[in-house]
Amino acid sequence: MKKLINDPENVVREELSGIARAHGDLVEVHIDPHYIVRTDAPVQGKVALVSGGGSGHEPMHGGFVGMGMLDAACPGEVFTSPTPDQMEAATKAVDGGAGVVHIVKNYTGDVMNFEMAAELCRSEGTEVESVLVDDDVAVQDSLYTAGRRGVGATVLMEKIAGAAAEQRRPLKEVVDVCRKVNDNARSMGMALTSCTVPAAGKPTFELGEDEMEIGIGIHGEPGRERRKVAPVHDIVEMMATPIVDDLPFKSGDQVLAFVNGMGGTPLIELYIVFHELASLLDGRGIGIGRNLIGPYITSLEMQGCSITLLKLDDELTGLWDAPVKTPGLRWGV
Amino acid sequence: MPPSQLEVVVTVTHDDVVRWIRAFADVIAKNKDSLTDLDSAIGDADHGINMNRGMTAVLAKLDGDGSADIGALLKTVGMTLVSSVGGAGGPLYGTLFLRLGAAAAGKEELTDQDWVAMVTAGVEGVQSRGKAEPNDKTMVDALIPARDALAAAVSAGEPFGDALRASAAAAEEGMKATIPLVARKGRASYLGERSAGHQDPGATSSWLLMRTAAETLGDHED
Repeated sequence: MKKLINDPENVVREELSGIARAHGDLVEVHIDPHYIVRTDAPVQGKVALVSGGGSGHEPMHGGFVGMGMLDAACPGEVFTSPTPDQMEAATKAVDGGAGVVHIVKNYTGDVMNFEMAAELCRSEGTEVESVLVDDDVAVQDSLYTAGRRGVGATVLMEKIAGAAAEQRRPLKEVVDVCRKVNDNARSMGMALTSCTVPAAGKPTFELGEDEMEIGIGIHGEPGRERRKVAPVHDIVEMMATPIVDDLPFKSGDQVLAFVNGMGGTPLIELYIVFHELASLLDGRGIGIGRNLIGPYITSLEMQGCSITLLKLDDELTGLWDAPVKTPGLRWGV
Repeated sequence: MPPSQLEVVVTVTHDDVVRWIRAFADVIAKNKDSLTDLDSAIGDADHGINMNRGMTAVLAKLDGDGSADIGALLKTVGMTLVSSVGGAGGPLYGTLFLRLGAAAAGKEELTDQDWVAMVTAGVEGVQSRGKAEPNDKTMVDALIPARDALAAAVSAGEPFGDALRASAAAAEEGMKATIPLVARKGRASYLGERSAGHQDPGATSSWLLMRTAAETLGDHED
């Protein structure tokens, strides 16, 4: 394992210290329990958004704390859900009296820890609503799996719901916006290489020089299918077709197309992916109203990408365009 | 005479429970890498690391524990796991110990019947938190056979040590029976058919818990 770390045990703590030094104008970092809040929290009368998950997906979630997006983020250990005491402390720190939304990616650990946290918060009188993100079409949504994973749509939900909360919309409406994003977004990921959790010291799975894994999640967990590496044209088709067919996205639809890097893939390749995706959507009569390209929900140093499509309407487009000022996403200010 | 009216002897003391927890921490530390390896085959390669972090935190709490209340002790273990493990293991093992503690509230020593009631409550807690059914390829596949074997042996009037060993053996069998299963809960379920052929890491740590109980709690009975 070759990494820019001092000690595998201290990776998250040292990262948080770096974030605190770099972005002290936007966020405040609390250690033990670990959470990141916007500097002006709690914002009175505003619905607060709290998310969290394992570390190793930077900039998500800590990089999305700030005006127009999250009020707090709880980082767990690398690829490990944070714990209820972190979420409870973060929720209390940002509760501005209008209620708190927990944005939870549909992973067994995240769901259970957030569930325990919500129980703790509610027992002490804080109004908490939980919203699940489960946009990954690579997983069959059935009684026989833990359900679809929450992946790329998480970033879009945090931005869009953050804008809705910033407009002082009430709790129920912010929750409705979250659900609308989830209902209209679908994603799929792929990997060219595995990744190494610092504490484990070796790659989570092995991929041959000529192999790729289609349908990966964001934790280095293997996907559903291993194939020989193919030209990006074919890979985009393998990823985008199940996305388009699932919702389904139809001719005449306007979408937000999000091409996400998994951490080890350079922008030059992500733009080639976007080029192929745009051609494929052109062929189906689907318009790209907005786009986001870059590493926003990563999987350590994994090479690969994910594609997320979100069907837009005027409301979602307006909320997407609204100002945002966070370490990881910033425009309109 | 019905089994419930058999003369019941105290089988487990506060010190025994402490020894059990310490032994479990020790066995988790020794098996950290093998549990993580099992998890990397069908999950996300952190089960041993997470459990070891949690049990290390538990050990630090044990050092400061001066109370004789077994319920309070187990509740502390549960809360510590909930706040230090993360992932799915934190809420599940945390809930297991919290329920063991609730069932032993105020007790300074335990009978074999108490132990059965505690394990029953603990397993119920794991099921209600994780919503797993038998054969979903989870901890439950080791814990339910362990609970059933324990309850059967105790109600048949078997010595407590034998009952604990039967419970550990049933957990081991349940753990091995997860190998051919296709996972239906947790991250392993994303693999579909590819999850078959691997032993479930959660069932493995649950077997270690039951085996450690047999090794540390079972030697009071003659």
